[in-house]
Amino acid sequence: MQLQLMPRNRQKKEQRKQHKSNNMNKEWPIWEIFIRSKNGLEHRHCGSLHAADEDMAIQNARDVYTRRQEGVSIWVVESKHITASNPEKNGEMFEPAADKVYRHPTFYELPDEIKHM
Amino acid sequence: MLHEKLYDYLLHLGDNSMILGQRLGELCGHGPELETDIALTNISLDLFGQVRNYFQAAAQIKGGDATEDSVAMLRYEHEYKNTYLVEQPNEDFAHVIVRQFFFDVYHQLILNELMNSKNETLVAIAKKSIKEVDYHVDFSSTWVKRLGDGTEESHEKAQTAVSTLWRYSMELFKATETESWAAESRVGPDLDQLKSVYLERVSSILKEATLSLPEETVFQYGAKTGRHSENMGYILAEFQYMQRAYPNMKW
Repeated sequence: MQLQLMPRNRQKKEQRKQHKSNNMNKEWPIWEIFIRSKNGLEHRHCGSLHAADEDMAIQNARDVYTRRQEGVSIWVVESKHITASNPEKNGEMFEPAADKVYRHPTFYELPDEIKHM
Repeated sequence: MLHEKLYDYLLHLGDNSMILGQRLGELCGHGPELETDIALTNISLDLFGQVRNYFQAAAQIKGGDATEDSVAMLRYEHEYKNTYLVEQPNEDFAHVIVRQFFFDVYHQLILNELMNSKNETLVAIAKKSIKEVDYHVDFSSTWVKRLGDGTEESHEKAQTAVSTLWRYSMELFKATETESWAAESRVGPDLDQLKSVYLERVSSILKEATLSLPEETVFQYGAKTGRHSENMGYILAEFQYMQRAYPNMKW
């Protein structure tokens, strides 16, 4: 937490130093990139890339993922901060939902006037 | 007469971006990281896009068979008006970044001034290019800080690049006859007046990067008037090869 009290430059320097000390192979960490394609839409995951700090991650994301006008906003998050479900537990996680069709709202009659449902 | 001057001035503006774009293009597929590789070639393409605008205007002035391509490709070495700075070799990543940084800060200042030019074409080109160049400045200055204030090795390499390249910086601000004409007729900026802002901006970023400018520098001048360094011949050999080997070829 002390990290957050430092000026931004120092903070990032620490970040890189820390990364270097616990990562002997010298590869930059991986960041997940989320792009909002236009205002009003949500940010969507579009891929990942390498960067040494968050500023570089934003710049790299801009150059790699928005060079053909794909976005108006970028989020980056270091991959290690994402907690993922365990693929080995897919059975118990997801299969029980398979035979529960009653959870889909398909048993209602919608009035014709309602669009986009 | 006036047209001739304007033609020359367009070359001044275009050649710097073109030769730097060519240098960056050499890195395509050779960048230190995939993402940096893409970033640098993006910048190269931005620069070439701007050059096309300048040279389309130049070709129009020249008339006859002149096209943007002939203006770009079919001149002799001494007819190119770019500075020494942009023809410096890529050497290592620190050189690439510092060269870019020294140029970007200048480029941004120039475009800001050109937005108030008396020449409408230049105003339009400047307005279109400034956003790209604002990003270039952002990109190169964060990298200068990252390298300078990074590891011992990156600091040393960045400092070497600063000390080596600084001697080519002041040529950017030494007006040639054409550039003085541009300033007098309010087509382009008065370069001398931009120098102090340039020094201020460069020094403040370098300070953050814990880098310093060399104390005594013998500045190099001459490329803008056609007296290029040895590098230029190699750049043009590669750059002009296709047009020279297969005249009038098109994609």
